[in-house]
Amino acid sequence: MDSNGSEAPDTATTPDGAPSPSPSPSPEPATDTRPAHRTPLRRTADNAFKIVVVGGFGVGKTTLVGSVSEIRPLNTEETMTKAGEGIDDPSGAWGKRSTTVAFDFGRITLSASQVLYLFGAPGQERFWFLWDRLFSGALGAVVLVDTRRLADSWYAIDRLEHHGTPFIVARNNFGEPTHTLEQVREALDLPPEVPLVDCDARDRESGKRVLIELVRHLAARAEAEAAGTLVAATATVYEESTP
Amino acid sequence: MSERGGSTDGRPVLPGRDDEPDRLYTITRGRSRAPENAFDLVTLIVAEREPAPGMQSEHARILRMCGAPTAVVEVAAELALPVSVVKILLGDLLEAGSITARHPRFAPNKAQLPDLDTLKQVLHGLQRL
Repeated sequence: MDSNGSEAPDTATTPDGAPSPSPSPSPEPATDTRPAHRTPLRRTADNAFKIVVVGGFGVGKTTLVGSVSEIRPLNTEETMTKAGEGIDDPSGAWGKRSTTVAFDFGRITLSASQVLYLFGAPGQERFWFLWDRLFSGALGAVVLVDTRRLADSWYAIDRLEHHGTPFIVARNNFGEPTHTLEQVREALDLPPEVPLVDCDARDRESGKRVLIELVRHLAARAEAEAAGTLVAATATVYEESTP
Repeated sequence: MSERGGSTDGRPVLPGRDDEPDRLYTITRGRSRAPENAFDLVTLIVAEREPAPGMQSEHARILRMCGAPTAVVEVAAELALPVSVVKILLGDLLEAGSITARHPRFAPNKAQLPDLDTLKQVLHGLQRL
């Protein structure tokens, strides 16, 4: 089985197992008091949402998912054929031609009935077919960027724009910022209507603010869409919704 | 959950990673295709009956696990099996009436945003955390 997905602990190693070129935040706070055993959802839970966190290796996706999740981040995998939909591959979903991709996820209970799942998605181009499946039905995405490796996020942003998935960009700002957010926006060639925020992926409050920013952005778009003036209004509405 | 999350070298143990395809075929009794549209990653599964004696062990584990609503992706993580294998097993249980599935009510196509009320509820939930 092809195990391209060995990147799941994305803060730990590069694909070939070499140490990361630079230090990254630890995947979990050292004092994680969340229970290690599985915590059940409320019995009334009946509607789950998805938000996807994308970004390159070592940028802190797992850290962000972990900092806001009510459970310790779990890891699982999906197997699929590279050939994609509609092609009959007799070796099936985990035969010789299949690829295995691992991903992390966490969970936030929003209300008695609603629960939000956060997925940390691998950022490399060869995983685009997984993204499309994960993003299917997702509320939106957070692109987590590291200013030392901005180029790692170009593909993610391109893919999201192409896919029509609403997203915001969050700079994981561990250490001294060497660039202004405006410089980051320019370097990413980010349209003005896409929110760009700073965060510390290790910090729960900071992680929460990133998610709130994304949902505000979605609400602003939904409002503008309802008003039938999406193109003209998005930038304005976004400014109004920013604290 | 048990020992997932750490192996001796400190890297998480990835579920199913070292499984031979043969084992996965055995678990699914030769089937390799999940009922693709039957379950989302976050469809919540609820057991409707107790495991029966002689039931395939994976089926029994799912029923025990889903006393409270449990997302497909959590079932996969807990069983340490690929999501597509778990979807096949869930399909069996659904067909037998052993589980019910609470599907995500927001399932947009590409160009569609969730409605404003839903987004406000999500926002409110996040702000309350």
